[in-house]
Amino acid sequence: MTRRYSALSLFKEGLAGQTGWQPAWRSPEPKPSYDAIVIGGGGHGLATAYYLAENHNISRVAVLEKGWIGGGNTGRNTTVVRSNYYYPESVELYGLAHRLYEGLSRDLNYNVMLSQRGMVNLCHSTAEMEVGARTVNAMQINGIDAELFSPEDVRRVAPIYNFSAHARFPVFGGIWQGRAGTARHDAVAWGYARAANRLGVDIIQNCEITDFIVEGGRCRGVHTTRGAIRADRIGMAVAGHSSVLAAKAGFRLPINSYALQACVSEPVKPILDTVVLSPGTGVYVSQSDKGEIVIGGGLDRIPSYAQRGNLPTLETVIAGLLEMFPIFGQLKLMRQWAGIVDVVPDSSPIIGESPLPGLFLNCGWGTGGFKAIPAGGTLLAQLLATGKHNDISRPFDLDRFASGRLIDEAAGSGIAH
Amino acid sequence: MQLFPCPFCGPRDETEFHYGGDAGNARPDGVDVPIERWADYLYLRTNPKGTAREIWVHMNCGEFFVMERDTVTHKVLSSTALGGEHAA
Amino acid sequence: MTASRLATGGSAIDRSRPIRFSFDGAIVHGFAGDTIASALLAADVAVVGRSFKYHRPRGIWGAGVEEPNALVDIGGSVAATPNTRATTEAARDGLVVKSINATPNALSDRNAFLDRFSRFIPAAFYYKTFMWPDWHMFEPRIRAMAGLGKVDTGWTSPGPADQINHHCDVLVVGAGPAGLAAARLASGAGLTVTLVDDQPKPGGSLGHRTSEIDGKPAALWVEETVAELAQAGHLILPSTTAFGIYDHNLVGLNQRHRDGRPDTLWRVRPRQIVLATGAIERPLPFANNDLPGIMSADAALAYLRRHAVLVGQRIVVATNNDSGYEVAEALAEAGAEVTLVDIRRDGAPTAPANVRLIAGRSLAAADGSLRVQAVTLDDGTRLDADCVLVSGGWSPTIHLFGQARGKLAWSEARAAFLPGDPVDGIAVAGAAAGAVSLSEVFAGVGTAIASLGQTTTAVPRSTGPEATGGILAAWPMPGSKGRIWIDYQNDVTVKDVELAARENFVSVEHLKRYTTLGMATDQGKTSNLPGLALMAAITGRTVPEVGTTTYRPPFTPVPLASFAGARGAELMAPVRRLPLESVHRASGAVFQEYGGWLRPAHYGGNADAERSIADEARRARQSVALFDGSTLGKIEVIGPNAAEFVDFIYYNTMSTLKPGRCRYGFMLSENGVVFDDGVLVRLDEHRFVVSCSSSHVAAVHARLEEWRQDRFGRGAVYIHNATAEMATLTVSGPNARKLLETLDLGLSLDDADLPHMAVSHGSYAGDEVRIARVSFTGDRSYEISIRADRAEPLWAHLRHAGRAFDAVVIGLEALMILRAEKGFIVIGKDTDGTTLPQDLGVEGPRTKRQGEFVGRRSLFTDEASRGDRLQLVGLTVPQGEAPLPTGAHGVRRSDGRLRSQGFVTSSYQSPTLGRAVALGLIERGAARHGETIDIQHLGKIRTATIAPPCAFDPAGDRLHA
Repeated sequence: MTRRYSALSLFKEGLAGQTGWQPAWRSPEPKPSYDAIVIGGGGHGLATAYYLAENHNISRVAVLEKGWIGGGNTGRNTTVVRSNYYYPESVELYGLAHRLYEGLSRDLNYNVMLSQRGMVNLCHSTAEMEVGARTVNAMQINGIDAELFSPEDVRRVAPIYNFSAHARFPVFGGIWQGRAGTARHDAVAWGYARAANRLGVDIIQNCEITDFIVEGGRCRGVHTTRGAIRADRIGMAVAGHSSVLAAKAGFRLPINSYALQACVSEPVKPILDTVVLSPGTGVYVSQSDKGEIVIGGGLDRIPSYAQRGNLPTLETVIAGLLEMFPIFGQLKLMRQWAGIVDVVPDSSPIIGESPLPGLFLNCGWGTGGFKAIPAGGTLLAQLLATGKHNDISRPFDLDRFASGRLIDEAAGSGIAH
Repeated sequence: MQLFPCPFCGPRDETEFHYGGDAGNARPDGVDVPIERWADYLYLRTNPKGTAREIWVHMNCGEFFVMERDTVTHKVLSSTALGGEHAA
Repeated sequence: MTASRLATGGSAIDRSRPIRFSFDGAIVHGFAGDTIASALLAADVAVVGRSFKYHRPRGIWGAGVEEPNALVDIGGSVAATPNTRATTEAARDGLVVKSINATPNALSDRNAFLDRFSRFIPAAFYYKTFMWPDWHMFEPRIRAMAGLGKVDTGWTSPGPADQINHHCDVLVVGAGPAGLAAARLASGAGLTVTLVDDQPKPGGSLGHRTSEIDGKPAALWVEETVAELAQAGHLILPSTTAFGIYDHNLVGLNQRHRDGRPDTLWRVRPRQIVLATGAIERPLPFANNDLPGIMSADAALAYLRRHAVLVGQRIVVATNNDSGYEVAEALAEAGAEVTLVDIRRDGAPTAPANVRLIAGRSLAAADGSLRVQAVTLDDGTRLDADCVLVSGGWSPTIHLFGQARGKLAWSEARAAFLPGDPVDGIAVAGAAAGAVSLSEVFAGVGTAIASLGQTTTAVPRSTGPEATGGILAAWPMPGSKGRIWIDYQNDVTVKDVELAARENFVSVEHLKRYTTLGMATDQGKTSNLPGLALMAAITGRTVPEVGTTTYRPPFTPVPLASFAGARGAELMAPVRRLPLESVHRASGAVFQEYGGWLRPAHYGGNADAERSIADEARRARQSVALFDGSTLGKIEVIGPNAAEFVDFIYYNTMSTLKPGRCRYGFMLSENGVVFDDGVLVRLDEHRFVVSCSSSHVAAVHARLEEWRQDRFGRGAVYIHNATAEMATLTVSGPNARKLLETLDLGLSLDDADLPHMAVSHGSYAGDEVRIARVSFTGDRSYEISIRADRAEPLWAHLRHAGRAFDAVVIGLEALMILRAEKGFIVIGKDTDGTTLPQDLGVEGPRTKRQGEFVGRRSLFTDEASRGDRLQLVGLTVPQGEAPLPTGAHGVRRSDGRLRSQGFVTSSYQSPTLGRAVALGLIERGAARHGETIDIQHLGKIRTATIAPPCAFDPAGDRLHA
């Protein structure tokens, strides 16, 4: 059986009809108890399990997924990886994720197709350039690569942008992060799943939590559609449905669930080599390796758990896209979908122990969870393993809402997540 | 495109409305309110999957109202003017 | 020549109107009514493109929207559309058509070698390699090989696409037998009907299948039914595809035009929907089943009867159901040598005339390189063929039903998913509901209409011969020999699905994502079911246990331009405009957008803007300046509880304000952050005017309404936004009063009658004016508000009278300098989303106020009490140095790391002071006046000294001068 992935093993398997590959992960029956349970088989949950085993030597771990792994927001996002944040706390968090992403394919032995093609956040006015300068300076001070782009710089990386005199959102410049880019979203989930499985983690799909087992005021396990499963340390990473599980555990969260839509065009030959975000249209766009133009925009403005697209948001987003890139007016929409995201008042994640002792949270990533997966996993794993915050996760504890110490990137830089 | 029933204007496109938060999230007054209680009011949300009671405003007429709807199916169950004098 | 155009026949083509277009540089002849595909077939073009991954040669598969293979790029600076389905695109004279994913052309593709390496690049191979040194190294070459069509960078928009909103009682999707019958029944029930169909002509399968309805030939029945519907005034839209059912059953339609106009987007809000969307023929699994010349059997019949194209001379028809029989018979009648291979040994109909029937056999493999040459049966029999037609059964087109969250039910008998439990307001009829014979179709239509609560009149009757629903499922099987394609466009074979299963990608969504099955531009219309049936077989599950992937819009690709419609350029997020815009333009104003308003940035044209701005700012201080401040928010708060209301809304106590007076204050958000600032005017006991920032008017208005309705009640307070009704013209400077005195404003300008922060009423040319003495410049200022439509004469008068005082008209940029000299803030520029009122030096209300107000409790959190908060300061640089860059940060080193200690928010060269002035938010800034700090901008460091915010006339004497 072939375990390791490489060009050589692919070649050898090619000669053998590709018949020697092992399952990327097993599908075992759940055991009655584990050292730790991670609820949610998305990127964050699978990464948590992997780092529990890899960093903390805790491998009696179950990942419980109500559907199929990677089927939530991990498989529904626009795959942007970046760490161009304003506040030092955010920079520490997303910087950790970004660094881990840079070594992830080799760490996991799974090509997650990190493509560091750079990303430009456009500035459409003098006022936006001033805020852009403030943001770039903050990033440079905090040790994140960032440049303030001139219009000529923008033209160099995105020559097909609408530079006409009649453009509704003219380019005054932009904020550039060269290390930013995209990754293959499914591969991140599968890569973590495969690596965690190799370290002994049980990945259990089609296993929905029906209730929490609470004894002596602590969370001691979960009831599931596949029976009771016990553990003294339980983490949840169920973006979009955090409030639903919180309700089962008896508390509320500072979260509203909203649909975030995305769509892709039919695939075309390479035409856009970088990631472009316009604050004027709220649209961000890149081209996938398959050739599809991958388009994201703002949240739907109606709280929802329906994972489906609709016309009003789509029309606004597409109109914005064509204002930015008029030549995309010859393309066709191929697929439209939506994910449900946790929206928190300060648009920063919540990492820490929940009001129910023994149950730890990784939620509230809003529209930006994908880029943070390695950090979310690392930090939740540390919390589960030690019961204590890493310095990086401490500021993101739930207690910030009572203290008022919010980490509101939009408030600081005017750039939403 | 969802149709929301404004208690004053009748069924209108969703784009004319703005979400205003959980219904029944009463504001605690005073500087002596425990900070946890204040933070609950400011930030904690029920966020139900299923039937929700919410405050909405119809931006065209400016009126706020309570709407009950299902957050999964998007079926609208009821809408009532704030104060109830124009209950649908 | 193997495929050819027959000398006669073809219901869709008009032989009197020949057309020609080019394909890969060669001229193709056709007739009006041809699709690109039918014309290419008639010209015997077998290879029309290359597959996505292996660059295999691909021919035309179908005759409709399900087409996985025949995608082409349409060229031309306006017409350009990559990845167009040749099977649905009308052939038009002069089109430039190019094959996709092929260099230089479809017949000889440079990347065809990839197919020889296919064993090394199975499904998802890229996850297993390209990790060292990193993916981005390999990516450009892989990207260049991926993708399909090409974007034409010279393309220009033909203009905005139309978007139409439409209402009807019943929307019928599909104008085949079921749709036409349903439309007629709905019409008979007195309902307004809209009937849409993706083909240019109604009729659906009746356009090429022989049948008899109510004793008439089907074609005649179609014609009569359509005429009857048109006569009754119902809307019939051909060439229109219903691509999505959205929330509350809103249906999106994509209407195509044959005259070069962009497609039209229809948003239809029907009371009820009938889905009569038909069914899609499936391929059969055998080795090399992707070769050009292997086609859908039904498509071949359609090309024959509609376009008079005979797809081959020696044809093998392979089937597992009855629908292949009519095809075989018709092709034989048209002159081809036809062999019919039916998987079914028992229960198959008798052989049609002149057709050789081989029952109980299936195809094992096809041979050929650029087109099929022969097939081998499972018993080893070899049959030469220049065309192989396959019918693997029919998949009901239930995509829209699925989008509407309809649950599907598996039918073993029909080997297909059928619509399950009904969805509110939606009925499914015809082949989409699993009907095979016309009798079944019409019976189902009656039931469908009844299910919508409508009474049905006479349902049509099928009076001709009929097919049976008998089918022997023929799914791809594990362990099959050779390369058997499932998804043609994305090159997914049986082996790929087996690999996915081996690696535990057994969930249907994992299967899709791992192998890319069903993710191509056809979205798996022909491939999804065979793929998941194979997965079921491999994993020992039933097909419904494997389940289907989610049906997502759009059903077929829809031009992006359709969704955008006219929302481009100035119609996108339209700017607000000043009543006096044209007057300012005539005065040489240069306009810029500020917070959604288009306002004069400065006057004097574009040349040397900096000097114009400095000149305006200097002269404003010397004599008198005129400024159009009409964007200023003016929201009236009226009623018996108005005073109590504004007390609650504002951070500052406002109820103590005397009528006729003004007070500056902050509005906070509930989290304590300063949301807006401005002057509140008390006109009388129960009437206030809230002046708010230009960009905040709508948001402030909404907040006032929310608190009013939630806390005060409709009877106690009334709120009226008068911003757009009035223009506000500002006269500011030492000579402001003198200038105003030359106008007859009908009020006393004496400082005793109109002191600073007071308001008075007068009139100008018969119109009421309100004059408020408030100042954003630090100089004596008068804000004159007048009906917007009467502002122009007053402005002209002010300018004319101003000449005597050397008055200067100033734009917003000069005003920004004047207010910065004074340390006056602009919310959102000199504050951010964390700024509390105490950070701006306004501590009093927080510590002293007794009553409740918005945001109060949040001013006493741990965070609000921190000692190191960012506070508003002035920043000075040595005389002669350039202004600090706005956005530069104050920095210090702590624990060996560079840390930000705040930033520059506003910075200008002051022409009056002859030096740079700046405002900033700096850590503990209020207590650090006089301290010099490092300021970093784009890696460079300079120093600045912390100072009080106000740099000019700190005593405020000029307000009264």
